[in-house]
Amino acid sequence: MPPSPDPREVILEARDLTREFDGVKALDSFSFKLHRGEVLGLLGANGAGKTTAMNCLLGLTLPTSGELNAFGLPLQANRISILQRSNFSSAYTALPGNLLVWQNLSVFARIYGVPNPKKKIAELMELLEISHLSKRVTGQLSAGESTRVNLVKAFLNDPELLMLDEPTASLDPDIADKVRKVVRKVQRERNIAILYTSHNMRDIEEVCDRVIFLHKGKIVCEGTPADIVAQSSSDNLEDVFIKIARDGELLDEPKKEESAL
Amino acid sequence: MNFRIISALVMRYLFLYARSPMRLVELAFWPVVDLVVWGNVTVFIQKNTNPEFGSYVLFFLGGMILWDIMFRAQQGVAISFLEDVWTRNLLNIFVAPVRSSEYISATFIVGMLRILITAVVLSFISWFGYAFNIFQLSWWLIPFFLNLMLFGWSLGMISTALILRWGLAAESLAWAIPFFFQPVVAVFYRVEDMPAWSRPIAWCFPPTYIFEGMRDVMKSGTMKWDYLWYSAGLNVLYLALAGWLFLWVLNLTRKRGLLTKFATQ
Repeated sequence: MPPSPDPREVILEARDLTREFDGVKALDSFSFKLHRGEVLGLLGANGAGKTTAMNCLLGLTLPTSGELNAFGLPLQANRISILQRSNFSSAYTALPGNLLVWQNLSVFARIYGVPNPKKKIAELMELLEISHLSKRVTGQLSAGESTRVNLVKAFLNDPELLMLDEPTASLDPDIADKVRKVVRKVQRERNIAILYTSHNMRDIEEVCDRVIFLHKGKIVCEGTPADIVAQSSSDNLEDVFIKIARDGELLDEPKKEESAL
Repeated sequence: MNFRIISALVMRYLFLYARSPMRLVELAFWPVVDLVVWGNVTVFIQKNTNPEFGSYVLFFLGGMILWDIMFRAQQGVAISFLEDVWTRNLLNIFVAPVRSSEYISATFIVGMLRILITAVVLSFISWFGYAFNIFQLSWWLIPFFLNLMLFGWSLGMISTALILRWGLAAESLAWAIPFFFQPVVAVFYRVEDMPAWSRPIAWCFPPTYIFEGMRDVMKSGTMKWDYLWYSAGLNVLYLALAGWLFLWVLNLTRKRGLLTKFATQ
């Protein structure tokens, strides 16, 4: 029996999203729905298409074909109003290193029109345990501190939709654990829909309600992390990742034959 | 000294030049600009060596100060954009609810602030150091500043569009673009002192009218009003073209998926 549809509001939806680069499909008829209060993990090896998907969803890259809607509105035509209700954080972007942390955060608070920005910034910095960094030069922060400052920026406008691109990349296990816990805590408290990419399967297991595995731009499988491991011929999510990255499929050939019988 | 190591390093630089045509263009560009500007200045001086020559020399200072106004306006736009690239902040801006027009307007304002600082500093130094008072241009200074600032903004948008299209390999254009125009907009010499073939080109650009006007005002206290109108009209045209180019390139980079690569490099 097919799973019953999720009754929660659809926050982000892609329908048959395809993106070609020089005739090569980086995304191939990619469709998914992200619901309010859900954390969806987008997984795949390098080149699987998750960054392209994220870029299309952020409006940074235009899809070759397909539809993208956020909050029920077409993304391209309503980009500004959608971005006002969303936010983004990536391990690969930075806030200007030559400004103090509070200066950077004040700029973004102003862009998003955050009421009472000083209070908001102070609250979020306390939540992420970085209040002491307020007057530090952003460029002199450690990777862990920098990630948490980026997360403060990402939570500034109380987003309903948050896109996190490998937020724990280059963090030590202790800081990565703290980041995961804070993301989960804020997400639950505010019922945020999060699209999450990571190469760290521990991240995925702890943070994501549901995951989609991509291979060569196509969805190989989707479900809860536990369901996917149960469906596969692997023992854990990390092995599933490796299996899909190498073979492009979830199951070993013999298992497929067995299930066909 | 190991020649093999030196040759390897030379090879590395040659590879770099071969992969970046902009660097090769630069090799010829700056010497050509210098040659044309100073060649025309020489002709100007040769034609004006008479008892009034001393006052003509002040044109150089006036030209230099007004040129810098235009240059700083262009830099305000182009360097503000590059600052976001250098600090890997561009992606944060493009995924925030910021319209292209808002982004460009902010860089215009930065350009204006840069102009104010430059104008104040240069005015003081030229007054105290060389007894040259830029305020002898009286209220004409206002339309001069405005027109040069508008053209600087246009050049800033063109520079930004080219950097967006070609990536950081074209970074040097942020500094070079105004100097493409310096030899032909009669900054330090009259249009009539320029080679005949280049005069029609000179009149296609708004700053030419301003620099010619500046010399007229310094000589006679007034200038042709037509010059101001031509300059303003051309500025409107160039601003519209530059704005269109910027938006077209921005859209193109989105279509080709180059924006994120560029923003995170």
